[in-house]
Amino acid sequence: MENEAGALSRVAGLFSARGYNIESLTVAPTEDPTLSRMTLVTVGSDSVVEQITKQLNKLIDVVKVLDLSDGDHIECELMLVKVCALGKNRKEVKATTDIFCGRIVDVTDTSYIIELTGTCSKLDAFLDTMGHNTILETVRTGASGIGRGERTLEVK
Amino acid sequence: MSAEDLTGAEITIRCLQEEGVKHIFGYPGGAVLFIYDELFKQDKVKHILVRHEQAAIHAADGYARSSKKPGVALVTSGPGVTNAITGIATAYMDSIPMVIISGQVPTHAIGLDAFQEVDTVGITRPCVKHNFLVKDITELAATIKKAFYICSTGRPGPVLVDIPKDISAEKFKFSYPASVSMRSYDPINKNHPNQLKEAIRLIMGSKRPMVYTGGGVILGNATSQLTRFVQMLDFPCTNTLMGLGGYPATDKQFVGMLGMHGTYEANMAMQNCDVLIAVGARFDDRVIGNPKHFSNKDRKIIHIDIDPSSISKRVNVDVPIIGSVSNVLDGLIKLLMASKDKPKQEELKTWWAQINQWRARDCLKYDQKSSVIKPQMVIEKLYKVTKGDAFITSDVGQHQMWAAQFYKFDKPKRWINSGGLGTMGFGLPSAMGVQMANPKNAVACVTGEASIQMCIQELSTCKQYNLPLKIINLNNRYMGMVRQWQEFFHGNRYAESYVDALPDFVKLAESYGHVGIKIEKPNDIEDALKEAFKLKDKLVFMDFITDQTENVFPMIPGGKGLSEMILV
Repeated sequence: MENEAGALSRVAGLFSARGYNIESLTVAPTEDPTLSRMTLVTVGSDSVVEQITKQLNKLIDVVKVLDLSDGDHIECELMLVKVCALGKNRKEVKATTDIFCGRIVDVTDTSYIIELTGTCSKLDAFLDTMGHNTILETVRTGASGIGRGERTLEVK
Repeated sequence: MSAEDLTGAEITIRCLQEEGVKHIFGYPGGAVLFIYDELFKQDKVKHILVRHEQAAIHAADGYARSSKKPGVALVTSGPGVTNAITGIATAYMDSIPMVIISGQVPTHAIGLDAFQEVDTVGITRPCVKHNFLVKDITELAATIKKAFYICSTGRPGPVLVDIPKDISAEKFKFSYPASVSMRSYDPINKNHPNQLKEAIRLIMGSKRPMVYTGGGVILGNATSQLTRFVQMLDFPCTNTLMGLGGYPATDKQFVGMLGMHGTYEANMAMQNCDVLIAVGARFDDRVIGNPKHFSNKDRKIIHIDIDPSSISKRVNVDVPIIGSVSNVLDGLIKLLMASKDKPKQEELKTWWAQINQWRARDCLKYDQKSSVIKPQMVIEKLYKVTKGDAFITSDVGQHQMWAAQFYKFDKPKRWINSGGLGTMGFGLPSAMGVQMANPKNAVACVTGEASIQMCIQELSTCKQYNLPLKIINLNNRYMGMVRQWQEFFHGNRYAESYVDALPDFVKLAESYGHVGIKIEKPNDIEDALKEAFKLKDKLVFMDFITDQTENVFPMIPGGKGLSEMILV
């Protein structure tokens, strides 16, 4: 979409006005600074998703809409998790982090901050493994997505 | 291109001139004073001063609906904008091309809760096709150009341009772009040959065809194509409330309006057809009633619309054709002419016999011999006296439905009403816009005593600009449609729907310098109307004292299906 003030609120407003869900939403400028790219995760039946796509296309600031789940694509999300790291738990946390290919990016006497990227379900699995008692705080970016191979969201 | 330094206000007015804008409806205020100053210094764009910003938008809206040009309105920041919202939402729901210019507090004051500040772009976002806040004088002319382009192409709609006061004072070289190109906006306008062929195949195979058309035919100036298409095929045709005038109402193929207060024959044909050709219509809840009930019957649907999001929104469509209605109909007509086949004539004959049987039910009948004035009779006489050639605006309620049912519109853009939003108060100000756009034609506003009071201050505007409107006030001392629902669905408990403490409308009209007439007997209706329309340079307020308890029939109760009408 056009990298303009208000473009994001047009999208967000459309979703709330028409009663669609936003599971997550990420947006940032692209290599062309006049364009922003947004990845929006939503749930709905085929007909609802079709309506969402059409309604998004109607927004003047939206240049192109692609339903990534229509084809092969890569999806990735970044998460930072602050966990309690005390006693024997410290080792366990480190081991689990390694298994998930995460990185510990901050260390104190009592806590770690773990950086983890991957699909939403991988991040969910990590949180499940850590358990409520260990997790102090999480922050997630929401998924960013891109089509595989020659599938591009090209703008004329 | 000329290159001279002009203020933002001058640029704004020059842009309007370049767009060929002849009339602008508005109301001044602090944030637009520079723009008003420039309006004052020129005479190409005539400003019409309304008495409330809502009326400015409705007037610009009526102007657009009754002409082929977008309406233009000018309001100040803060309350100027909030007053305009109802009008903007009205235009948005009915896809009316319009440019609204609003003043904004100076850019350095934005966000600081300045006097008369409101987040105009934010507050109007859900009810405009697009809006702009101009933060840089260098973009002003191009933005206004875009606004006119966006509002009138694709599916039309209102576009708002918010201009901060300092931008209207700042100077910059003026050059008006000759064209607009936007990578993010490309209104679709091409035909799909395969879809057209598939549509023709369904048409040829149909046994019980039906053509259902909406406001898109009017907006898309496709009435001649539609008429040709329907007459070539001899298919029954119905119009939505917004589509009236899209097909000549006196033509034999016309089966009346459909929907909640549509005719028995139109609704039955719609429900029982096997191939439905929907043209510039959107299957809304007031038209097809309960979508599940509608889908109970098996039928193939061909849907022609310029807006892809209208397709398969409420009902599933078999053959969608995206494009301008006139282009698509042209394409279909061409294929029909080239085709050796004809639709199944025997089946069509049987279908027409069935429709005529439904017609014989005479669903719009009412007591012609009543000693009190029946509102339907007023509309019938209005049709007779104006020879069906007047522009009719309406407010919202029972009177609107009777006007739609009993005034036979043979031409497009003659029936002006708030269909989507259902805005009471629309009738009088929109009639002002219609009269400005069509100074030589008779313009009547069909209203009720409740609706008219929502924008009655505009009688003053009518006086100032000598607008000789004819106001047909169907006065039943009730918010009639509310009363009807309360009678049918709320156990006759008429909560707050009695319109008490009414003014003497005759004296009220006279106090503004207009002519007022009160009509109480059925025998006086025609003469009063004749008298009124003879007064070509006077606004005449006709206060018809009508039957208090008359109801609009047929009626499909909310949530019910098309064939579940309550009949008289």
